[in-house]
Amino acid sequence: MTEAWQQALARVPELLAAHVQISVSALLLAMLICLPLAIWAARSPRVAAVALTVASLIQTIPGLALLALFYPLLLGLSALIGGGISAFGFLPALLALTLYALLPILRNAVTGLTGVDPAAQEAADGLGMTGNQKLYYVEAPLAAPTIMAGIRTAAVWTIGAATLSTTVGQPSLGDLIFAGLQTQNWTLVLAGCLFSAALAISVDLLLGLIERGIRERRRILAGAGIAIIAAGLLVATLPLLITRDNVVVVGAKNFSEQYILARLIGSRLEAAGYDVRYRDGLGSAVVYRALSRGDIDVYVDYSGTIWTNQMQRTDAQTKAAMLDEIAKWTSASHGVKMLGALGFENTYAFAVRADDARQKSLKTLDDLARVSSDFNFGTDVEFLERPEWQMVQDAYPIRFKTARSFSPTFMYPALASGEVDVISAFSSDGRIAANGFVILDDPKGAVPSYEAIMLLAPKRGRDDKFVAALNPLAGAITVENMREANYTVDREGDKKTPRQAARWLNDNLRE
Amino acid sequence: MPVSGPSIRLQNVSRHYAAVRAVDGVSLDIAAGSLVALVGLSGSGKSTLLKMINRLVEPDSGEIFIGETPVCSIDPHVLRRRIGYVFQNIGLFPHMTIARNIAIGLELAGEKEGSADRVAELLDLVELPQDTASRMPDQLSGGQQQRVGVARALATRPGLMLMDEPFGALDPVTRDNLTAQYKALHQRLGLTTVIVTHDMAEALYLADRILVMEGGKIKANATPAELLSGNAGEEAEALVAIPRAQAAHLIALGKKS
Repeated sequence: MTEAWQQALARVPELLAAHVQISVSALLLAMLICLPLAIWAARSPRVAAVALTVASLIQTIPGLALLALFYPLLLGLSALIGGGISAFGFLPALLALTLYALLPILRNAVTGLTGVDPAAQEAADGLGMTGNQKLYYVEAPLAAPTIMAGIRTAAVWTIGAATLSTTVGQPSLGDLIFAGLQTQNWTLVLAGCLFSAALAISVDLLLGLIERGIRERRRILAGAGIAIIAAGLLVATLPLLITRDNVVVVGAKNFSEQYILARLIGSRLEAAGYDVRYRDGLGSAVVYRALSRGDIDVYVDYSGTIWTNQMQRTDAQTKAAMLDEIAKWTSASHGVKMLGALGFENTYAFAVRADDARQKSLKTLDDLARVSSDFNFGTDVEFLERPEWQMVQDAYPIRFKTARSFSPTFMYPALASGEVDVISAFSSDGRIAANGFVILDDPKGAVPSYEAIMLLAPKRGRDDKFVAALNPLAGAITVENMREANYTVDREGDKKTPRQAARWLNDNLRE
Repeated sequence: MPVSGPSIRLQNVSRHYAAVRAVDGVSLDIAAGSLVALVGLSGSGKSTLLKMINRLVEPDSGEIFIGETPVCSIDPHVLRRRIGYVFQNIGLFPHMTIARNIAIGLELAGEKEGSADRVAELLDLVELPQDTASRMPDQLSGGQQQRVGVARALATRPGLMLMDEPFGALDPVTRDNLTAQYKALHQRLGLTTVIVTHDMAEALYLADRILVMEGGKIKANATPAELLSGNAGEEAEALVAIPRAQAAHLIALGKKS
């Protein structure tokens, strides 16, 4: 087995356990909501119409968006009741997945209950059954196979959608998929897909067994299905029951550099005796809040991001002054400790192909503005909405012919192939140099500085051992080394894993 | 174990469905222990009238008494447990064995003790073999299923039986058998029975009093003999004319051969 597979498989048990935990919780909660609601709906067509419409509407919201929506919702709710609700991890994932599981359970339960043979209903009434007796003796048993089929559908959907809960910081098999997609590590993607598919298929088969048991009134069949599921649940969640002390969580956003730096930080913490977990693929909006709440212990952010997103500043400052103000602000407003800059910058840099730069004599953003009406712009998914883009447009009269969003993985090939003519590259990305792209200067200083900085959760800022383990990283990473490390992970052939790249980076720290 | 069935009294009972008067101001006395057939065309209101007695349908106005008790003074489910109800679609519970189907009324009443004996007794009563008890409803023929339906209705020893076209969906031979057997049961158990049918021949054979309904009103209330003598009005005469003509035709055929 290759090292890539070993590394992927090593993470599976814990992620599988978390995946099972979140899926089962969401499914149980959805059943708890739907079954009483279905009984009510079966007796009142108006309730049925409203409930089914709402459930169908929820289903039309893309899963990723539904998860993302719960983050601000819970933050608002938490603020409203004076804190105490975590908008990170389990809770938002649970709520979003539960909403997602409502429709199939509700629809089948209502169909099952209203579809009970009218003759059996009339007989039940004629015999003098009360509403509850009718439900218990007649309606529930006759609707059970249909209800079970709905639960089965919901289970498969939930297990699939649970891979998306990675984005709100709930560990799941999606961690492997998202990390793999970002670093083009197809082994990871494959492992994540295989295990979540296998989980979904086994659960589907077992629930199918129970459904058949109920339909054909074979208790042994249904009992066997339930027993196997219970046993599977126990085995799958076992890794979660083993609690270990001294666990620290290293956060990372959703691109290669972040994965590498998280592993670099993690390996140093491991060496210092900590048990390290990773929360990868976190959205920019989520990760700082998670750190300030202590849901994660440390991660790397960029000065410009904190400056514009968290501090809501749009004024230009020198690098040193910015870092100084950021350190003061994070400490004062959230107790977050800025441990220091790593020594390199990862800013938004406009990159063009070398031949274009030569033929059209492009050197600066002013030159770009001159040709922009003929240029197609390629960018990452968030840049067009970010304040930096506004700042650039305020400083330079840039109006592109078209603008298209890509995941970073596909943005560089798009420029190389001529599909777009200019991209908002990341300055520490190794693929700029590897493709011979030319970075355009920003003579007006419109784009703020993006120094990589280590941020520590309030509790870890006071942990001397923790600080001592990471202190040597301050100022120790050159932009050349970071580009090299990024490139070994991002390139097509002879790919390194983030852990391997982190090891190389650790061996090449600037003294 | 003859039970004496109760009498039934309807006072000016009406029931409307939108603009349609299904039952229109019916007043009626049914004697204790009688077997009364409600006859009429589809939509004449006979089923609605029957179902108001066990409150499967509530009257808009008027009052119904079983014995001296107004039915509206008793909770519907309590009332219905005292009344046997058999209907055309049978409605056996497909997920329960025949034994459990028959004993379900006892289970509802909390009388689990001795229910196996009672099931055996009831199977004999409706002339089904004892091994039927462990079978499922879908393993039985239509006639057998309705025998179970009758046994289920009789399980809690009701004095009153309401039957809504009970044998209407069965083949003629089975139907004839069951009709005869039920008549015997009715007499043996001393029941009061109200049976809805659209088949005048069946009513003439089975009932000791026949009520002819049309447009929600009782148009005739007579014994079979009175009906046949032609003194019960034109609605009754129209219904009686059919079996009479059939019988005359059969007799004529018999003479030819």
